[in-house]
Amino acid sequence: MNNLIKGEKYDWEMVIGLEIHAQVKSNSKLFSSSSTKFGSSPNSQVSLVDAAMPGMLPVINKYCVEQAVKTGIGLNAKINNYSVFDRKNYFYADLPQGYQISQYKYPIVGEGKVTIDFKDGTSKDIRIVRLHLEQDAGKSLHDQNPSKTYVDLNRSGVALMEIVSEPDIRTPDEAGMYISKIRSILMYLDTCDGNMQEGSLRADVNISVRKPGDEYGTRCEIKNLNSIKFIKQAINYEAKRQIEILESGGSIEQNTMLFNTSTGKTRPMRNKEEAHDYRYFPDPDLLPLEISKEEIGKIKSSIPELPDELKNKFIETYKLSNYDASVLTAEKQTSDYFNETINSDPELKNHAKIVVNWITSELFSLLNKNNQDLNNSPVSPENLGQLIKLISTNEISGKIAKDVLEDMFSSGKTARQIVDEKGLQQVTDQGEIAKVIDEVIAENPKMVEQYLAGKDKLLGFFVGQAMKLTKGKANPKMLNDILKQKLNKKN
Amino acid sequence: MSKSSLKQTLKDLETKKISIRELNQDYLKRIKEKENLNIFIHFSEENVLKQIDNLEKDNSAKKLKGIPIAIKDLFCTKSMPTTAASKILENFNPTYESFVTQKLLDEGSIFVGKTNLDEFAMGSATNTSFFGNTINPLSKENEPLAPGGSSGGSAAAVAADLCLGATGTDTGGSIRQPASFCGVVGIKPTYGLCSRWGIAAFASSLDQAGIFSHNVEDASILLQSIAGFDQRDSTSAKVDIPNYFENLDDDLNGKTVGIPKEYSIDGTPMEISQIWEDAIKVLEKKGVKIKNISLPHTKYALPTYYIIAPAEASSNLARYDGVKYGFRSDEINSLDEMYENTRAQGFGREVKRRILIGTYVLSAGYYDAYYLKAQKVRKLIADDFNKAFKECDFIVTPTAPSAAFPLNEKQNDPIKMYLNDVFTVPASLAGLPGISIPFGKDKNNLPLGIQILGKHFDEQQVFNAAVSLERSYE
Repeated sequence: MNNLIKGEKYDWEMVIGLEIHAQVKSNSKLFSSSSTKFGSSPNSQVSLVDAAMPGMLPVINKYCVEQAVKTGIGLNAKINNYSVFDRKNYFYADLPQGYQISQYKYPIVGEGKVTIDFKDGTSKDIRIVRLHLEQDAGKSLHDQNPSKTYVDLNRSGVALMEIVSEPDIRTPDEAGMYISKIRSILMYLDTCDGNMQEGSLRADVNISVRKPGDEYGTRCEIKNLNSIKFIKQAINYEAKRQIEILESGGSIEQNTMLFNTSTGKTRPMRNKEEAHDYRYFPDPDLLPLEISKEEIGKIKSSIPELPDELKNKFIETYKLSNYDASVLTAEKQTSDYFNETINSDPELKNHAKIVVNWITSELFSLLNKNNQDLNNSPVSPENLGQLIKLISTNEISGKIAKDVLEDMFSSGKTARQIVDEKGLQQVTDQGEIAKVIDEVIAENPKMVEQYLAGKDKLLGFFVGQAMKLTKGKANPKMLNDILKQKLNKKN
Repeated sequence: MSKSSLKQTLKDLETKKISIRELNQDYLKRIKEKENLNIFIHFSEENVLKQIDNLEKDNSAKKLKGIPIAIKDLFCTKSMPTTAASKILENFNPTYESFVTQKLLDEGSIFVGKTNLDEFAMGSATNTSFFGNTINPLSKENEPLAPGGSSGGSAAAVAADLCLGATGTDTGGSIRQPASFCGVVGIKPTYGLCSRWGIAAFASSLDQAGIFSHNVEDASILLQSIAGFDQRDSTSAKVDIPNYFENLDDDLNGKTVGIPKEYSIDGTPMEISQIWEDAIKVLEKKGVKIKNISLPHTKYALPTYYIIAPAEASSNLARYDGVKYGFRSDEINSLDEMYENTRAQGFGREVKRRILIGTYVLSAGYYDAYYLKAQKVRKLIADDFNKAFKECDFIVTPTAPSAAFPLNEKQNDPIKMYLNDVFTVPASLAGLPGISIPFGKDKNNLPLGIQILGKHFDEQQVFNAAVSLERSYE
């Protein structure tokens, strides 16, 4: 695969690494018991510890530690039995302690990897360097008053997992696929809600460019991107910027950049000289974190099936294609929905491909059209299962089923109710279909003549006429067969 | 009038020989008489009277009911402001009560006021306080002496008999050294025995709350009241707290005392060496085996301490930034200026000096040479003690290299000031319990202190040795 991008003079390769900040799904903060609920009124979820009052001390939230271990296992990573919390010292108005409690030399999770799958059936491993736990800062609100900045500490102290990748990523698409995969794994594990809009998942992107085969170039870091679209845009813009500089004989300064989402451009926030000296040192208020093999084992046994395992299982059990299986498992809600649908009737197991199609094309397009989510789909998995059963047993045709699904979606009724009420059962009575066909043949002698003279395409016309008379309820296969039979007899 | 002890006072209250009101009015009177010593940062007679009213309505039995206690102004208290002797917290009123002071309140004690200290407990003379010097009550007229520090206000409050006990904190000697200077008993327990929750932090890995009192028995009663596990402090220890007072035993026959040779330092005044020898002789007479021990890394203790403590302080004090509470400078045109002016105007010289030292030793490129090295030496110092305690039950040394010095001496020489901690710092770095008791006088009739160090959480042995020496001295 050619991942190179063209400059004015040379071809260039991007080298990209991501630092993903994922908010740990937990009711309370990393070192205090305050709530982590999103969207509460400012400063309503702030304990004495979160506000860094004199003499207040952090106490580790064990649940957050378990969540991090769980995530580490999900990322195929080494869990460290011993890790240390350090203080990262810097001043900012929304950092009440004047330092962030993070992990520096000894993170809780070490090296791991995740696999991304391409549409052409190939895949690639992205290596993970580490995952560590740290506190989030508060929020500075600059737009509430022309001359003042307000600070909201609700987010101060919320637990984050920072997941650092090796610079294994080569294209914006790979970056997007990587973060989607991480998001998917976290959501399967239930260790992060994956909500990028609310900031539960955001990323810093490190990017440099080089001529193929060269050493790594000087990188820039783009801070705090909270959508896959922006990540791709920012990478594209930044790569072009760097290439232009290099091709015109300049060199890249190692800067920290911000991405402006309305202009689509990056701009420097601070350069290397202005970089903070964070003066990391072990937090003396906290003991080193020790996790026994037994505890890790216990957490491991509580882990649900992850997307890759589930994908392989779907391929094996239901003979699905790699692509269908990866679409189904990309989001936990989709695979859950699929599982519930296919398990709602023993018959459906033999029609797995039909189930996949009805979920990923028909239902998804209805949901998209109505701006709804699978989680609150008006059509339950059981009801969709019932609809598919009606198709597979020839009670209704696939075409009518689409109308039935739309009806189910808007009325909330079951497929059975709608089919019964509207009398949509497929006509499978040979005699009845033959009668209709006779009628059509009798009414269109000229067409019959032309057909018999070799105009095969006219078959569709007869099918259409017959369907019209049966209001679309005739079983299409039977209709076809009988029609051909009758026409050929005329020969 | 001889000072009555806590033990005797509890008896007198129980037998109704004296009422809570009478008792405390006596102390209130003396506090007002001694105002010139500048012992309290916060004192409100009204507040004390209110506490008396409340206790009179309270029929439940409480261990320290009605006992007047002074609180170092580093402990956060709900009923009184908490300043850490700093302008930056000049008008700070906590909405919460520290673990230690809550325990004292639960047992019915009366807080007479908040005592002066070196700003954020950084100092050895209570002369870096934003609220001015405290004067040692043992000073002669026209010759004011330092009470020691940083808990100089609490030591002075006990020495001047303005309370029956006081809380202190000790990071490198801040209880033991002022106890020695003021002629009172001061105990710093094992690191982790008392929760640090609600004590404004100086150096988290060293800070430990403790007690000042008139005598060892009183200290044993009060320490038991403030000790105990607290889940809000991750470094707080889950250990059983014995009844130190009930278990006091001055029979030391068969015990072994360690005498570290490294504590004989050139230039130590004769009188200090003399009382050390006297103490050893007394112990010998009581059947204690004398064991000469070596703590070879002692000479590195001071430099190690003056890297670790400022490093932690530079980070701990970052929260005083003018954003959330406390002092904020008026001269602000930007966020950076708010930090710079607030902290430049809000902190005193010594605090700024230590923030600078601490920032420096943690800086990129210097961390390994200073902070990391210091941590390694700290481990060696702790190992020295662990080895020594295999051969002895407790260790006896002088508390400080001098008696109380005149107020303004050493003011402009931080190194000389830091040398005050030479005997107290090693045990702090090792997290060991230590007590200072008055033992002998210098040629000016000023008290000198003997320090007794014990094994981790062996406060009982420390108290036993202390009470034994104390009784023989009386």
